[in-house]
Amino acid sequence: MSLSLDIIVITIIFILLTVAVKEGWKGSSALLAVLINAGISSYVAIKVITGQPYQELFHGSSVFGEVPVRIDALSAWFILVMNFTMLTGILYGRQYMKQYEKQSDGSQRSNLTLHFVSYIGIHFAMIGIYCVQNSLAFLCVWEMMAICSFLLVIFEHQKMETLKAGIYYLVQSHIGIVFFMLGFIWVSSQTGSYDFNAIGQYSASVTPAVSFILFLCFFISFAIKAGFVPFHTWLPYAHPAAPSHVSGVMSGVIIKLGIFGILRMLLLIKGNYILMGYTILIISVISGVYGVMLAIVQHNVKRLLAYHSIENIGIIGMGIGLGTIGLGSSNSYLAFAGFAGALLHTLNHSLFKSLLFYCAGTIYQATHTMDIERLGGLIKKMPQTAILFLIAALAICGLPPFNGFISEFLIYSGLFNGIDSNHLTVSLIMIFSVFGLVLIGGLAMLCFTKAFGIIFLGKERLPYHLPIHDAGVFQLFPKYLIALIIMAIGVMPQLFIRVIAKPVGLFTGQTIINSQGMEFTSLLQTVSMAVCGFILLALIVLWIRKTAVASKNKVVAPTWGCGYGVPSSAFQYTANSFVRSYRKLVKPILMMNKKENGMEGVFPNPVLSATHPYDKLEAVFIDIPIKHLRAFMGRFKFLQNGNPQFYILYGVIFIFAVITFPLVIDAVTYVIELFKQL
Amino acid sequence: MRILSLLLIIASSLFFTGIVIRTKSIFSGRKGPGIFQPLKDVWRLFRKGAVYSETSSFIFQIAPSIYFASVLMAILFIPFGEFPGVISFNGDFVFFAYVLALGKFFSILSALDTGSSFGGMGASREALYSLLVEPAFFILMGSFALLTGHTSFHEIFNALHFGSYISYAIGTLAAFLLVIIAMIENSRMPVDDPKTHLELTMIHEVMILDNSGFDLGLILYATNLKFAMYGAIIANLFFTPGHELYYSIPIFMGIQVLFAGVVGGIESFMARFRMNHNPQFIFTLTSISLLIFLGVLLMLGKII
Repeated sequence: MSLSLDIIVITIIFILLTVAVKEGWKGSSALLAVLINAGISSYVAIKVITGQPYQELFHGSSVFGEVPVRIDALSAWFILVMNFTMLTGILYGRQYMKQYEKQSDGSQRSNLTLHFVSYIGIHFAMIGIYCVQNSLAFLCVWEMMAICSFLLVIFEHQKMETLKAGIYYLVQSHIGIVFFMLGFIWVSSQTGSYDFNAIGQYSASVTPAVSFILFLCFFISFAIKAGFVPFHTWLPYAHPAAPSHVSGVMSGVIIKLGIFGILRMLLLIKGNYILMGYTILIISVISGVYGVMLAIVQHNVKRLLAYHSIENIGIIGMGIGLGTIGLGSSNSYLAFAGFAGALLHTLNHSLFKSLLFYCAGTIYQATHTMDIERLGGLIKKMPQTAILFLIAALAICGLPPFNGFISEFLIYSGLFNGIDSNHLTVSLIMIFSVFGLVLIGGLAMLCFTKAFGIIFLGKERLPYHLPIHDAGVFQLFPKYLIALIIMAIGVMPQLFIRVIAKPVGLFTGQTIINSQGMEFTSLLQTVSMAVCGFILLALIVLWIRKTAVASKNKVVAPTWGCGYGVPSSAFQYTANSFVRSYRKLVKPILMMNKKENGMEGVFPNPVLSATHPYDKLEAVFIDIPIKHLRAFMGRFKFLQNGNPQFYILYGVIFIFAVITFPLVIDAVTYVIELFKQL
Repeated sequence: MRILSLLLIIASSLFFTGIVIRTKSIFSGRKGPGIFQPLKDVWRLFRKGAVYSETSSFIFQIAPSIYFASVLMAILFIPFGEFPGVISFNGDFVFFAYVLALGKFFSILSALDTGSSFGGMGASREALYSLLVEPAFFILMGSFALLTGHTSFHEIFNALHFGSYISYAIGTLAAFLLVIIAMIENSRMPVDDPKTHLELTMIHEVMILDNSGFDLGLILYATNLKFAMYGAIIANLFFTPGHELYYSIPIFMGIQVLFAGVVGGIESFMARFRMNHNPQFIFTLTSISLLIFLGVLLMLGKII
């Protein structure tokens, strides 16, 4: 049997099984399905990466014709990244969903089934997206993915907000579909083929300007999925609304489909790479900086993490842009550093972001709030979750010795290499990107010191009503698994760069990989030594401290409060005050919507101060057009008056118009001919 | 010989703050302590017991050590003239900056760990200022990378020689930039006043209010090391092409002493900025570094 048939059959069997089994077993059934599908696809993917390309022709129905299923190194890399996070997602999600099992009234039960079925479905759809190379089949799996992720997001559909966020997400992802449908139809009308290779042939046969427009068409559609600014507005709504493991999977792998799409199109479309590179790079820098700038002012943990996804997509995009510029200017160092950085950051982001979301889920289940201002002091109640969150936070800030540093380092070395170029524009864009990336790093640090510091450190800000304890072993296990790989990439990056060299080779050509790959492997070898050295150094210092302090007397006393005798937890710095000076700085760029009533009279009275940060770009690109569209559409409201007679009348008018239209055209041409004869 | 720069930086860290304090005392007409007094203070702290806040967790205990290790690690990258640092690879200054950031991350967390309102205040300011100062350093290194065509500390400084007038201007600007960056990173005068006694106006001092004993000693000594480290970077700008050790070591020490004197001078004659003017001042550094970048472009004839 072929791979695709295998996976289709397994998926259908397990979907039926999940529907059939009892409440408690649904999660396990989904886990088994994901495990088997992941196993098969990973096996093929690993074989592809070690050098045996996979190809098969899947015989679809008469509509699709023959569907080529090709797995190259790029697909293989993305399949491996996706499988891991899907696996940890279901491992964690199975435990996370236990809470909803207990309170199972009639509506909840069907909900769980739908949830797990969608999970199996989306895994299948994503494998499909990575393998299928036929436009029609691609649209089908993409649509399946969009619908499954919508169903996953609206799990708690009783909440109005969740439903709203879900529909918002559904609409925006379909706007994306419109764009690449346009691209596919364009190509197939010119070449008559739905095969992806036709895109490559078509773009090679037209002028660079035309192929650039074709590229833009695909880029916009995939950028909506990935969440590049200004196409990001769905992201901060959908992520917080979904259950935590779904948020982790969405942020970790579903938005990466956009990245995959962009990379795939770069492989196919031949054109002016320099121009494409500039476009991607500039949009990415803006996405990165803008995403993290907004993230800092968020006080809902999951919303904050959602904005960070935009930032990280920006970093990945910077890598892609850099690599594309490298291709265009045939600078192989730049190309390798860019694409390798982008692909590695794709993996890295899927790791630490899913870990952060899973930790956020654990916090939510323990405290029933996601508002940072209501949390505090959790490190003593849930130490393991705290450490895992800290590891992920350090990794997302790109600090050594964790994985985020490695991919950012690759992108940095590309940027610094690219500065030394013959073209002034390239130098300027590179220094602009360096500025952007540094700013992203600094802002991320501000954001995550805030997040970790306020959630876990200090004292609880408001009393928790329930006893809080750390998550169970089964919930912690997938998180430790992720943390382990985060550490492994941070400490031994040279192993991973060898794997990445394969997909990068598709872009740069194999000869370059051999030389540049060697160079980067040895560079990362030194980095790895430096990282190990640092860990060793830190351990030595800690050990010296431990032995030096051991014999000294220790006193535990209250925190210094200027000598004030009755300290209260309300004295602590809040998240809002932590970012206050930052907020004042960026006020012109972001919308803050602050409401305050000041102190009045001689004696102190209660003061209210509320800040609602809002996305300025969303206001400009989404809200204002929608307002105008609504006003315009409002004029046609009278048509929809709820009167069946009218609707029948519209039908009759339509049929009449359809029949008379050709007749009218005939008449007009006849008259024109008449005039001509005159 | 790779270890030479490490040894020299540690040697100059022993007296650096001493000279700063001495300069200040001379300017204000006092006799002042000996130049090894700060070192003696650190030693005294090393032998003392400690008081821990009851609010704090293990983060508070490990943070000073990690901070210290990060500074030590950063020093390993600094070259000495033609001798590379202990660790040297392409793009090592990225590692340098990020490992320092890691130390800062932990010191910010440890300030938040005490649950004190002052700690949060200092942490918030430190996080903001360090994010604003970072771009200046990277653009400076980017300009040097463009000028020399290399991307590691050692190769950049080895290839950096001043010839034309523009290059002198660049060197001066770079030295100025590094002095100010060092002042900000060490929380010194125009931005922060280490001698202030009001918690509300502190930055670095307020973050370490609850640290004591060995931990406080580590933090204080790390400050000395950090100063000496920036001094060494500045010294690297001015080594002569000859590279004979009997020239370069005195140059190095001379520059360290001069740098310490300048720091003392700035601290004696400048008042601290108002807190809300600090971000603007720090961000101005980025424009100075862009000026350097422009100068490099001019030098290479990319823009006429």
